[in-house]
Amino acid sequence: MSKKNSEYLINRKDNQYEVVIGLEVHAQVLSESKLFSNSATKFGAEPNTQVSLVDAAFPGMLPVINEFCVKQAIKTGIGLNAKINKRSVFDRKNYFYADLPQGYQISQFKDPIVGEGKVILDMPDGQKEVGIERLHLEQDAGKSIHDLDPQNTFVDLNRSGVALMEIVSKPDLRSPEEVSAYIKKLRSIMRYLGTCDGNMQEGSLRADVNVSVRAKGSKEFGTRCEIKNVNSIKFMQMAIEYEANRQVDLIEEGKSIDQETRLFDTKKNETRSMRSKEDAHDYRYFPDPDLLPLEVSDEFINELKNNIPELPDDKKKRFIDEFKLSPYEATILVSDIDTAKYFEEVVAKMGKNKDMKLAVNWITGELFAVLNNKNLEISQSPVSAKNLAILVNLIKNGTISGKIAKTVFELMLDGDKDPQKIVEEKGLKQQSDPKAIEALIDKIINDNREKAIEYKQGKEKLFGFFVGQAMKASGGKANPQLINEILKKKLQ
Amino acid sequence: MSDITKQSLTELVENIKNKKLSSTDVTKAFIERSEKSKELNAYITEDFTSALDKAKKFDQKPNLDLKLPGIPMAVKDLFCTNNVKTTAGSKILNNFVPTYESTVTENIWKEGAILLGKLNCDEFAMGSSNETSFFGNVQNPIDKDLVPGGSSGGSASAVAGQLTPITIGTDTGGSIRQPASFTGTVGLKPTYGSCSRYGIVAFASSLDQAGPMAQNVKDCALLQEVISTYDPKDSTSIDFKRNQYSKELTNNIKGKKIGIPKEYRVDGMPKEIEDLWQKGIQYVKDCGAETIDISLPHTSYALPTYYIVAPAEASSNLARYDGVKYGFRAEGENLIDMYEKTRSEGFGAEVQRRIMIGTYVLSSGYYDAYYLKAQKVRKLIKNDFDEAYKKVDAILTPSTPSSAFKIGEKTNDPVSMYLNDIFTVPVNLAGLPGISIPAGHDSKGYPLGLQIIGKAFDEQNILNIAFAMEEKINFKNKITDWWIK
Repeated sequence: MSKKNSEYLINRKDNQYEVVIGLEVHAQVLSESKLFSNSATKFGAEPNTQVSLVDAAFPGMLPVINEFCVKQAIKTGIGLNAKINKRSVFDRKNYFYADLPQGYQISQFKDPIVGEGKVILDMPDGQKEVGIERLHLEQDAGKSIHDLDPQNTFVDLNRSGVALMEIVSKPDLRSPEEVSAYIKKLRSIMRYLGTCDGNMQEGSLRADVNVSVRAKGSKEFGTRCEIKNVNSIKFMQMAIEYEANRQVDLIEEGKSIDQETRLFDTKKNETRSMRSKEDAHDYRYFPDPDLLPLEVSDEFINELKNNIPELPDDKKKRFIDEFKLSPYEATILVSDIDTAKYFEEVVAKMGKNKDMKLAVNWITGELFAVLNNKNLEISQSPVSAKNLAILVNLIKNGTISGKIAKTVFELMLDGDKDPQKIVEEKGLKQQSDPKAIEALIDKIINDNREKAIEYKQGKEKLFGFFVGQAMKASGGKANPQLINEILKKKLQ
Repeated sequence: MSDITKQSLTELVENIKNKKLSSTDVTKAFIERSEKSKELNAYITEDFTSALDKAKKFDQKPNLDLKLPGIPMAVKDLFCTNNVKTTAGSKILNNFVPTYESTVTENIWKEGAILLGKLNCDEFAMGSSNETSFFGNVQNPIDKDLVPGGSSGGSASAVAGQLTPITIGTDTGGSIRQPASFTGTVGLKPTYGSCSRYGIVAFASSLDQAGPMAQNVKDCALLQEVISTYDPKDSTSIDFKRNQYSKELTNNIKGKKIGIPKEYRVDGMPKEIEDLWQKGIQYVKDCGAETIDISLPHTSYALPTYYIVAPAEASSNLARYDGVKYGFRAEGENLIDMYEKTRSEGFGAEVQRRIMIGTYVLSSGYYDAYYLKAQKVRKLIKNDFDEAYKKVDAILTPSTPSSAFKIGEKTNDPVSMYLNDIFTVPVNLAGLPGISIPAGHDSKGYPLGLQIIGKAFDEQNILNIAFAMEEKINFKNKITDWWIK
């Protein structure tokens, strides 16, 4: 499989540049309570209503690890095919800021809970493996609000101490498209595992993006810049595009690139220098003496391993093997856990004599279109999997035609109505009685004798005309297959 | 009973249980003496009115099954006490009133004791003479203008001066044992993990331990029994079987092997200290124990190691005092300016010195040479003790290299001040229990202490040895009440 077609290169005069990207994704652990305290973590609560004495760093307060968050991190590590470290250490990352009450963030520096792993991306021209460097647990900081008052900054500590997983990729990504696919894949895996809701609008998933460029074919890495805290896939792609071009321009001008931290301005669509390497904080990491090293046993890890649900890659493989779906169809259906769930429910409800292709087409076609229009998640679908299965079966067993099915589907949208009932009430059942259709066709041929003759003389295009007339006469209910068969016989 | 304040805790408990004394009688007596003892400057916060109310309430419905029934006591101002100002001896917490209670003090109140007030200490427990307190020097009841030691100087002074029958201190590098030694009292630093650190203003988390300070070993054992509990709120608290230390206390130490480490015979140690040590060796032998010469080869590295590890942790622990959330705040032009002014004005010189040392040793480029190296040496020091304990049951050393010194004598010489902790610091680094008991006087009549170091979780053993030695030593503190006019 050639990768050449989709290779993402930046062209300048005679030179071509390759872009090298690594991501540090911050994923909020799905957990009722914080990493080291029992405060709630609900999004959107009134400011400073989910803050304990520990979160606000009162004198003498001590962190106590939340075992559930540890399990979530290990599960995520398993989902990333990564090494789980039986011993990990929490360190203090020291810096002063008003929304960092302790004056340090508890993080994992030298000994993270999860080591190297990998993620497989399905790109249009084949699969791509992206290495995972590590995953570690850390506390989130609070939130500084600068725009409520002209003089003062307000601090909301609800987020202070919330558990984050920082997932660091190797510098394996080469284009904005791959970054998009990578984030989507991570999100998909974590949503399957229930370890992060992946909600980027609420900040549950955000990333620091490391970008460097190098001449095409070069083995050396260029100097990288880190774009901090980008919170949507679109912005990540825009930031990378801007930043890569900025770096290429510098090189073309014979200038060097400074290793620095940059911010992406979403309004101006540009990255701006935040601080240079010289100004980088000295975080003075050291093991947090309030916490013992975190040790987990093989049994603890195995227990979690044994309860890992089927993940997207495995599910895709099964859909292809078991349901004979194409890799493309399978990829679409497994990318989101709720879509996969919906599809599997449709499959289950269709019973023995099922038409898998038809089901897939209806979900990815009509249903997705409706969800898209109404801006709904599949979990909020106006048509239940059960009723969609019934609809597909009605088509499959010839009760209704595909065309009528679209009408029925429209009617189902209002209150998730049973398609069987709609068909009965509206009398939409397909006419499949050959005698009745024959009579209908006889009449049409009779009414259009000249056209019938023309057809017989070789004007085969007119066949469509007769089908259309027959359909029209039956109010669209006649079984199209029967119309075809009988028409052919009669016009011979 | 006019001499209530002269009674030991054990006697007071017995008299209250036998209804010879009421909690009100006892509380009143200690309040009266405390009020006459302002010159000692032992208290930062007095809570006398509330204490008397609680005593009266106790007497109305006395629960005499408790271990500390209606016993009044003052505690070091490093323990957070619900609704009572807690300062850690610092300006930066001058206005801080916790809404919560430390586990150790909670344990004490649950056994019936009553808070008299909060006792002076070195700022954030950083000091060996109580001279770094924002609230001024504490006088040693032994003599005017003599330091009581530190950092639990207020606690030591209050027990020795009989302002409280008993108290608790904290010990990071000797802060219970050194002031106990300077004031002729008994102080126990328990095994790291024995007493919860929850609610204690942190100095150096991997070293800090709360412990009892008393007039005698039995009182000390009783209070240890009360304060030592496993606490899930402190991740370094250890769930081990705790003894009924006072009930199981025995003076029978026959056959115990006591190690005498040669490295504790340091250069320039006064002959009085050496003589005291020899006397101590004779006492344990008289009790039927055996002494064995041992070696703790890395002892000389303990002090430099301590002065890397403790400031490193402190520099991070004290970052939370930034003027944003609670405590003292100096106004500034902007956030950074506010931080700088708050911390420059809020912290005293010694605290600032240690924050700077700690920040330095953790800095990139210095971390490996200082902090990491210190952690390695710390391990070696612990290994020394582990080796020694293959041969002996406990170790006997002097508590301090000298007796108490005059106020101001060492304030401009931090290193000489730090040397005070030379015998106590290794015990903290190794996380072991150690007890200081008064064992004699120097030529000036100032008390001198001996330290017994135990195996981890073996508090009972060192309390027993201390108890047996106490009987032989028959120490009498020479207190003239010089401060009472």
